[in-house]
Amino acid sequence: MLRVDCLRSIYSELEKPLVVTIMGAVAAELQSLGHRPNFFYLQHAMGLASSTGLGLALSLADQKIVVLDGDGSLLMNLGTLSTMARYRPKNLLHIVFDNESLLSVGGFPTATGTGTDLEGIARASGVPKVMTVRSVANFKTAVIDAGLGSELTTIIAKVEPTGPVTYVTSLSLVENRFQFSRHIESLRKP
Amino acid sequence: MPVSLRNSSLIYEALKECNIQLLSALPETWLVHLIRLADQDPEMTLVRLAKEEEGIGISAGAHFAGVKTALLMQNHGFLASINGIVSFAHLYKIPLLMLISYRGSWGERDPWQTQGGNVTEPVLRALSIPYSFLDTTETVRKRIRQAQTLAESSLQPVALLLTRDLMWEE
Repeated sequence: MLRVDCLRSIYSELEKPLVVTIMGAVAAELQSLGHRPNFFYLQHAMGLASSTGLGLALSLADQKIVVLDGDGSLLMNLGTLSTMARYRPKNLLHIVFDNESLLSVGGFPTATGTGTDLEGIARASGVPKVMTVRSVANFKTAVIDAGLGSELTTIIAKVEPTGPVTYVTSLSLVENRFQFSRHIESLRKP
Repeated sequence: MPVSLRNSSLIYEALKECNIQLLSALPETWLVHLIRLADQDPEMTLVRLAKEEEGIGISAGAHFAGVKTALLMQNHGFLASINGIVSFAHLYKIPLLMLISYRGSWGERDPWQTQGGNVTEPVLRALSIPYSFLDTTETVRKRIRQAQTLAESSLQPVALLLTRDLMWEE
C-alpha cells in the first residue's frame, strides 16, 4: 500500500476538516495532490503534529480535526497517545502512516519494523477506537467510518517506505501557517 | 507544603484577566496550587501533559483556533521543550506565554535541581527568548500582562520565571 494512494483515496474527505501533517513525505505528497487553506504542514518539531491536533480539537469542539502522523514522529512522542486518550476529543481523527522507516533521512528502520506495535500502544494508552489497515479500500472505509463516528480514533496504516523525490515545495512555512490560521478565522465568522 | 497559595492565586487571577482559556501543565511542587485552581475553574481547559514539549503543539493548535493559552512548567520541562520551541514556535511564529518555575536557584535545597538552575537563563538568552521574573506580589499582574502583550505582538515565545521569593513561604 502506498501512502500517496491512501491520501488520494481520502482527498475529497479532507475538504472540510482541519488537517495537520508531519514533515517530509506526508506533507509533500498531500501538497502534490493539491494544497488547500485548511492544510497545515508541520515541517519540523517531530512528534508535535498530534499535539497540535489536540490543541485544535479542544479549542474547536464543532470542527473535525485530522492529524496525518508517521511512525517515526509518533515514536518520538508516545506520551501524546496518553494525553489524547485522557481528553479523548470526539472530533479528532489520528492517522499514522507506518512505513517502519525514517524515510526522509535515508530510510533507516524504526522500531515498528522490529516488533513495536503502535496499535497496541495506542489501545493500551486508552485511545477508544484503534485499528490497523493494510489496503487502500480498508483505509478509506476506516477514515469515513471515523468521520461519522463520535470518538477519538487512531488508524495505523501500514504503507511502503517510498516517497517523493523532493520534500521542499514552493509553499513557505510561514505563509502556510498564516493561511491556515486565517482560514480558521473565516470559519468562526458568522 | 509552604508553596504560597496566596501568590499562586494572584498569578492565576492575572492569567484570567489576560483571558487565558487553556492552560497546559505538568505538575511540580511550586505549581500545585496553580494547577488545582485551573482544575477547579469550569471556564479553564486544563491539559495535563505527559511531557512539557507537548504543550508547545497544544498551544500552537489553540492559537490557530483563536484561543489564548499559557504553559506551566518547571525549568527542566522548559529544557525538555527546546526543539518544540525552536522548530515550531520560532519557525512558525507562534506566541507562547511560558510560566516557568525557577528551581535550582538561590535557596534551593534539592541537589537534583541545581544544574538546571544554572543553565536556565543562559539557555533562554541563547534562544533569544525575552524573559522576566515573577518575584514580588506588586508586579505579578503587570508582568503577566506585559509578557502576553509582547508574545502576541512579536509572535514569539516569552518566559516568566517564577521565583522562590514569590512561590515559597517559610
